[in-house]
Amino acid sequence: MKKVLAGLVAVVALATPGLARAEKLVIACGSVGKEADLCKQGAEAWAKKAGHTVELMSVPQDAGQQLAQFQQLLAAGSSDVDVIRIDVVWPGMVANHFVDLKPYFPDDVLKQHFQPIVQNNTVNGKLIAIPWFTDAGLLYYRKDLLEKYGQKPPTTWQELATSAQAVLDGEKKAGNTKLVGFVFQGKAYEGLTCNALEWIDSFKGGTIVDSSGQVTVNNPKAAEAIDFFAGLMGNVVPKGVLNYQEEEARNAFQAGNAVFMRNWPYAWALANSKDSPVAGKVGVMALPKGGADGKATGTLGGWQLGVSKYSKNAPLAAELVKYLTSAEEQKRRAIEGSFNPTIMSLYKDADLLKANPFMGNLYETFVNAVPRPTITGAKYNQVSTEFRNGVYSTLSGKGKAADNLKKVEAKLKTLGKNGKW
Amino acid sequence: MADSTTPIAASAATGEVAELPPSALVRQRTRAAWLFLLPTLIAMGLVAGWPLGRTFWFAFTDANLTDLTASQFVGFASLLSVIEDPDWWTTVWTTFRFALVSVSLETVLGLIIALTLNAQFPGRGVARASVLVPWAIPTVVSARMWAWMFNDIYGVINAIFLKVGLISEPMAWTAEPSLSFAAVVAVDVWKTTPFMALLILAALQMLPGDIYEAAKIDGSGPIRTFFQVTLPLLKGPLMVAIIFRMLDALRVFDVFFVLTGGSTDTMPMAGYARQRMFEYQEIGVGSAAATLLFAIIAVFTAVYMVVGRVNVGGEA
Repeated sequence: MKKVLAGLVAVVALATPGLARAEKLVIACGSVGKEADLCKQGAEAWAKKAGHTVELMSVPQDAGQQLAQFQQLLAAGSSDVDVIRIDVVWPGMVANHFVDLKPYFPDDVLKQHFQPIVQNNTVNGKLIAIPWFTDAGLLYYRKDLLEKYGQKPPTTWQELATSAQAVLDGEKKAGNTKLVGFVFQGKAYEGLTCNALEWIDSFKGGTIVDSSGQVTVNNPKAAEAIDFFAGLMGNVVPKGVLNYQEEEARNAFQAGNAVFMRNWPYAWALANSKDSPVAGKVGVMALPKGGADGKATGTLGGWQLGVSKYSKNAPLAAELVKYLTSAEEQKRRAIEGSFNPTIMSLYKDADLLKANPFMGNLYETFVNAVPRPTITGAKYNQVSTEFRNGVYSTLSGKGKAADNLKKVEAKLKTLGKNGKW
Repeated sequence: MADSTTPIAASAATGEVAELPPSALVRQRTRAAWLFLLPTLIAMGLVAGWPLGRTFWFAFTDANLTDLTASQFVGFASLLSVIEDPDWWTTVWTTFRFALVSVSLETVLGLIIALTLNAQFPGRGVARASVLVPWAIPTVVSARMWAWMFNDIYGVINAIFLKVGLISEPMAWTAEPSLSFAAVVAVDVWKTTPFMALLILAALQMLPGDIYEAAKIDGSGPIRTFFQVTLPLLKGPLMVAIIFRMLDALRVFDVFFVLTGGSTDTMPMAGYARQRMFEYQEIGVGSAAATLLFAIIAVFTAVYMVVGRVNVGGEA
């Protein structure tokens, strides 16, 4: 009997060579807002079609902590995860651990994406990740409150401060004690680096380290920018932001407790969702300029999908990446979660623009976002940490920006051996 | 942790280490003791010794997470780069300040609670059990819980303080470096005072009742009895309890990690080691920091035990 059964199994296996074994893949995507849900839906849609299963690995919200988690897995050569979501600043740090995706993605597919991102994901000729969504900092504001107090959406940070103050004064009189003026990501983590880079760039103070590797962070414009925000602490900006990440800022804003918020595009879909107390009252625009002669800017963010070198099933994992980064899936994620596509043609899609009108209006902001100093390669995290620690000290009242930036400059110069990154 | 080679009969009778040659029975018992300890020792060697040794080894290399196989022996260079970093010394200072302040508070509060629980009163069993609750909650969970209570906008602590009139506007408890230190100490004291209380209570219950009767007959009041009878008798166990807590407090990581902002100003030594190791990917330098942390704790413990004449062996 046993022999018959074994024979039958063998015959079935031989007769159906086309029927591949169902495999299990593990993907690590984001956990901020509804990212995990959207990722799960996308991955499961693919799994159903392809006849495999996909599992989500849970990750911390903070990108820095995610990287720490991945680095340990990857350095140990672990095959526990196949597809990993990579931050726009990581390629220089993690390239060694990822599969070259060029063989899986023909040129005409790659050409549909924003080219600077594709280049950013190419390290030493190796394409380590495919763009999934792009990001830039945006300013969210309460249309209803600004109208109520006769304020216009601000074009400069200085106007933002005065408008916020006007609204706060009025609302405090009316007994609204919980309202604050402006919230952003002020905790000493990667988010603060993004925020502070935006301030500096909007005041025309450069980009911490320039494209030739020279440390430029210690300049009067940069100091002016950071001092300006340190001056807002405790009045327009609550001191609590010094411990805020994306979600803490969004929670405050979405609960109706903040007039202005700096955040990434994902906050749009959530702030306007059905159960949001501020749905329909929210406006979104490019971040203000640093003074009349400043510039409107935003820090370039965004995430890519890469396949771990230690994956036991790289070709299949590449298929999953192909599906998740496809135009169809990027459109779904844009409509349901307002994640900015990396495929250029989608910015003309009517459904997408109806759900996210700002994506059309702010197209230029996304295209011209200021990149973080990734020229620093494997040392990027150190550069970022030194910079944000200097900013954090200034914001929490420990010294003037000029002195703190001088210290940052000295540290960065030793890190980079005077511009030789 | 009784010294296994001490002849049991001799030490019990005279209280000092015997100079007699060990008898056959003692030798047999010693062998048996080692035999029973062997599995534990092997397990400890595998799960604690090996990682520790590996960390010590990494401390002398330039190992990097980008490519661990390319690491090279660099002597003391990694250790030097930690010692020369002013940020490291900031974290050392933070850690010691934290350990001293929180352990002092925990000792005093633990003593008060233990003395209270040592008294006879109805419902003592329930009171003893409920005091232990904070200790039973994992630190990460309790720290998260406190983080919500400390929140500047919707936190319950601000709400209560505002209502009572202690503060005039909401405070950012976990955000400002000066306040967040106090917040971390408060959470740690809340969590580990029960541990202190438990150890002290155990010691209190071992105290002989006849001494207290004698003190009473001699006309000593409760305060005098406490300082002249209870405290001297408690000294040994108290010193051991304090050192346990100190060791724990010096290697603190989780409360800070969950509650504070992550800048160097509010980071303990273990946080610094983690940052170098995983955020900066410098396994070598991070291991050097971890090794230094280990050395600092070891030296501190040795000094404390010599100065405080603490005998953890338990024979004194």
